[in-house]
This record gives sequence, structure tokens and C-alpha cells, in this order.
Amino acid sequence: MHELVVISGKGGTGKTSLTATFAHLAENAVLCDLDVDAPDLHLIAEPAVQRSGPFISGRVAVIDSAACTGCGTCGEVCAYDAIHSEARHFVVETTHCEGCKVCVVLCPEKAIEFPDRLCGTWYESNTRFGPMVHAQLDPGQENSGKLVTLLKAKARERAAQLGLELILSDGAPGIGCPVISSLSQASLVLLVTEPTPSGLHDLERVAELCRHFRLPSTVLINKADLSPGYQAAIHAFCQTREIPVVGRLPHDPAVTGAMVRGKAVTEGPDTPFGAQVRQIWWDLRSQLEAPSSSLSKESRS
Amino acid sequence: MIIAIASGKGGTGKTTVSASLASVWKRPVLAVDMDVEEPNLHLFLKQASVSRDAAYLDVPVLDQALCKLCGACAELCQFKAISLMGGHLLVFPDMCHGCGGCMRICPEGALQKGQRELGVVEMGITADGIPCLAGRLRIGEALSPPLMGKVRQRMHAHASKYSLDILIDAPPGVSCPAMTAVQDADMVLLVTEPTPFGLHDLRLAWLAFRPLGKPMGVVINRAGLGDDRVQTFCQEKGLPLLAEIPYRRDIAEHYAHGGILAHLDAGMKATFEHLVEQLDRIGGAVNHA
Repeated sequence: MHELVVISGKGGTGKTSLTATFAHLAENAVLCDLDVDAPDLHLIAEPAVQRSGPFISGRVAVIDSAACTGCGTCGEVCAYDAIHSEARHFVVETTHCEGCKVCVVLCPEKAIEFPDRLCGTWYESNTRFGPMVHAQLDPGQENSGKLVTLLKAKARERAAQLGLELILSDGAPGIGCPVISSLSQASLVLLVTEPTPSGLHDLERVAELCRHFRLPSTVLINKADLSPGYQAAIHAFCQTREIPVVGRLPHDPAVTGAMVRGKAVTEGPDTPFGAQVRQIWWDLRSQLEAPSSSLSKESRS
Repeated sequence: MIIAIASGKGGTGKTTVSASLASVWKRPVLAVDMDVEEPNLHLFLKQASVSRDAAYLDVPVLDQALCKLCGACAELCQFKAISLMGGHLLVFPDMCHGCGGCMRICPEGALQKGQRELGVVEMGITADGIPCLAGRLRIGEALSPPLMGKVRQRMHAHASKYSLDILIDAPPGVSCPAMTAVQDADMVLLVTEPTPFGLHDLRLAWLAFRPLGKPMGVVINRAGLGDDRVQTFCQEKGLPLLAEIPYRRDIAEHYAHGGILAHLDAGMKATFEHLVEQLDRIGGAVNHA
């Protein structure tokens, strides 16, 4: 089984529009939206939910105001500044609570409860592109990466059940916990970038992250015609780091047009842009099927 | 006055708006890049020299000689950073969230304070005299809020020392890091684009930030690109639309060359000056309330 994970460091480079397009072009793939914080892939894939469930992650401290004597120990030991006094007792600000249990254990009155924390909902769905797993973190909740790990496990399970060979995952922006979790066991990481100062800067950081975890990566330069200078700089960077460039796509309003219609850009009549994406998809497929050792050898530009 | 520039969706133009606002701000202002995973503000607010200070999280270090294997620390730890296995106590400092509980409760004092590097805090000043502060997460570090906490400490100290307003460029999303970035703000400026993704994530941001009770306003970037559902949403929710940046190829190219949008032409400068006035009006009302 192959796992292709699409990330970018910088947001808005076109991860989700491209993942949706690959989903349309792929056969035998399970689609997976790992941007559980601000997921958008469902807006194109229009999943029909088959199963769903609560995502419970960690716990949260809750002070029983009747039992609290106002001694303030909890506030002193909290490393997250999550506990404040209110009238004669103390209260926990749930959004700041890390769920470390220190106040629970050290409260002399045993006045702090420690219930499960409901953080969001996971979904198993069907789409016109095939099966999909996705989730929605409740707004303001901790994006711990555990939900990402849960979705990846469900995607593998689903792929195994259905005999599908590919898991196609849309990742989150950034390089922190949820992104790190999305990379685990990836066969290939597709780094979508754009020729801008931010695009290059953030590509350097996600490329370093992939190197840190020893994962093969390949670069797609989206909106490539925006700046010939930065496009050249991205190629130079990839060459130095021996990261292949799988392709370039122009800045084309048709991508947004398709998004507004709720479609992948390759759905509908053939366009030059669509043909370019198809070519990139074929090249990605062959990189995925190649032995992983050949991935880091040559930079094509 | 502290303004946080946030968005649900990434790449909507938070940094573009932050850099431009800083460049036309009427009072002395501190520009803070709180997107520690992918800090980009310095690419537009360019600084000749930047001071860098490493930031650390306190994590436990085990003194084997003192440990009596009671397992109290492993039982307390909610983050799988300590485990008692086969007569050995194992500490995984990378998993630690820095709560300090294990060090507090160890009856033998066998866990001492060590450090894990979170990243660096960067401080510089632009040629126009705008002080800039940023956090830069170490690659491989999973937790961004602790480093953001260090940036916030520096931010408050510097701004109060020099009586500065603060502009915070927040990370994308609506979870913990974004909430951490906006918590100090007097008002939140949401940057979006008129597309289905932009609207969906604007709604998430509105849901996440609304309970904070801070005034919010919206900037629509790439106006004319998609549809008008974002405008309708803002009207329905009573979210003031404070500025629109048109969808134009020359704007995208200006950005692609590291330019500050407010410097592109007279029209853009006027757009951001007008936005500053609007923010002053709303923020002033908050500060005098």
C-alpha cells in the first residue's frame, strides 16, 4: 500500500485543490483529509457520511466550586496559566487547560474532577472519487495530532478492507504536531509550493522536516509563472537538496472557478491546465511505484 | 492597542495585511509574527540584523541513582513522556508538555529540570524603524504554543516599555496555536478570500473566536475572484467588512517579489490607511469602553 501525503508549509499554495484533482484522477484510492483544523476537501468531494464518532483526546480539569476552599494551590502549580480566582473559588479556563492532571493530584481538597475532553468528530464517508475519511476538530480545541493519527489508521483499515492500493492525504499547513503526525509512514510526501518569498521559505522548512524524518519528498511548483526569479530559486534549492521537482503548474483562475463549482479542475471538458495536472499525476504514480531508493537521486527540472 | 490578524484558511493574505498595516500605522507599532511554524513576516518587513535567543521548555531529567521506581511520575504523566517498564524508568523528553508535575511529585527528588529547545525568538528593526518580533519553531519540534508563550512575554515587555501598539500576524487554523495568538488582542481582523474554502474557514474562525468576546472585522483579499457568499455571510453575522483587496495579477506579482502591498500604488496605500482608521475607530471604542 502506498501513502501519498500532500503538504506545503505555507497555506494557500493549492494543496486541497490539487488533492481533489488527484482524487478524481486516481483509481483505487482512499481519500483522507488530515487538515482537521480547517478541512476543506469535503467541499469538493461532497462526502456522504457512512459512519461517524466522537473524538476524545485527553482530559480537562474542572473545579467543583462547592468543594473548593479557595486555597489557590491549583493556580500556583498550573504551568499554563489556566486557573484564575473568581469570587471565593477558582475556575479552569478550558481553552488553556493542557490536561496535565497536576492540579487534580495536588488539590488538598480533591475538589478537581478530570473528565474526558470531547475535541471533535471523525467521519467515514463515500464520495464520487471513492471512500474518504475526514474529521472536524471543534473550534478552539487542541490540534494534538492524535486525530490525524486516528484518521490515518482508519484510512489504512478502509484501504485494506476494500483492497485499495493508495491513500491520498491532504495535510495541514505548518510544520508542527498535526503535520508531523500526518507524515508517519508516508511512502512519498508531495510538497506543494509557489514561487514567492513565503513559498520558498516555507518549502525549505517542510523539506527539512521530511529530511529529519527520512521521508522521500517531491516538489510541485504551483502558480509557477508568478515569479521567474523565485521559480529558479526553488529549482536551485531542490537541486541542492536532491529533491525531484515533479512538475510546474501555471497560475490559472480555472482552479478557483472549479472550486466555486465544487468540482475538481479535471472534471468537465479537457483544458490545457487539466492536461498538465494529468501528466503530473502520472509522474507521481510512477514515483510512488518506484523503489524508494531512487526517489532522492536525481532532481529533474 | 493590540490587533491580531488571523484567518481560518492559510494563504489568504494575513502576512500581506500585517506588513502593510505596519507600514502605514500612525503610531509606533511592534510587528509580531506569531506563526512560529512558518514565520513569513520578516520576508516583507525586512530587517538588516536580527538578534536570536534560543527558547527552551523545562523537561525532566532522571537521576537514576535517586529513583526508587515508585512510578508516581509515570502514573501522573498524561503525555506518555515517562513510563515504567520492566524495572526501568524511561523518560522521553520529546513527548513532554512541560507541566512540571513529575518534578513536583517525585518523593525522591530524582527528576531534575532539563531543557528541550523549542526554537528561537527573533527581534529586529526595519529600515523604516518598525520593531519586529518573531518566533521560529525548531524543525522537528511538535509543540508551537510553548514557543508562542515566550514570544508573548517578549512582546508585552517590549510594547509596554516603549508604549507601542501591537500587530500580531497569527498562524492559520482555529485550534490551539491560533487561539494562543489572538488571546492578547483587543480586536481580531479576519482575512479571507471570496471562495468556498475561504468562506468555510472564515465561518470556523468566527465560531472559534466569537466566544472570546472581542470585536472582529473582515478583510476580503482577492475580491472578485470567486463568488459573493463571503459578503453575504459577513452581513448575516454582523461582521464589518473593513477592506477589500482586488484580485489582480499585478498584486500577486508584487507579493511574489517580496513587496509590501501598501507600497504598490496610491490606491493600495489609501486602502490600508482607510483600514487603519477603521481599526482605530473600533479599537478606540474598545479601549474607552
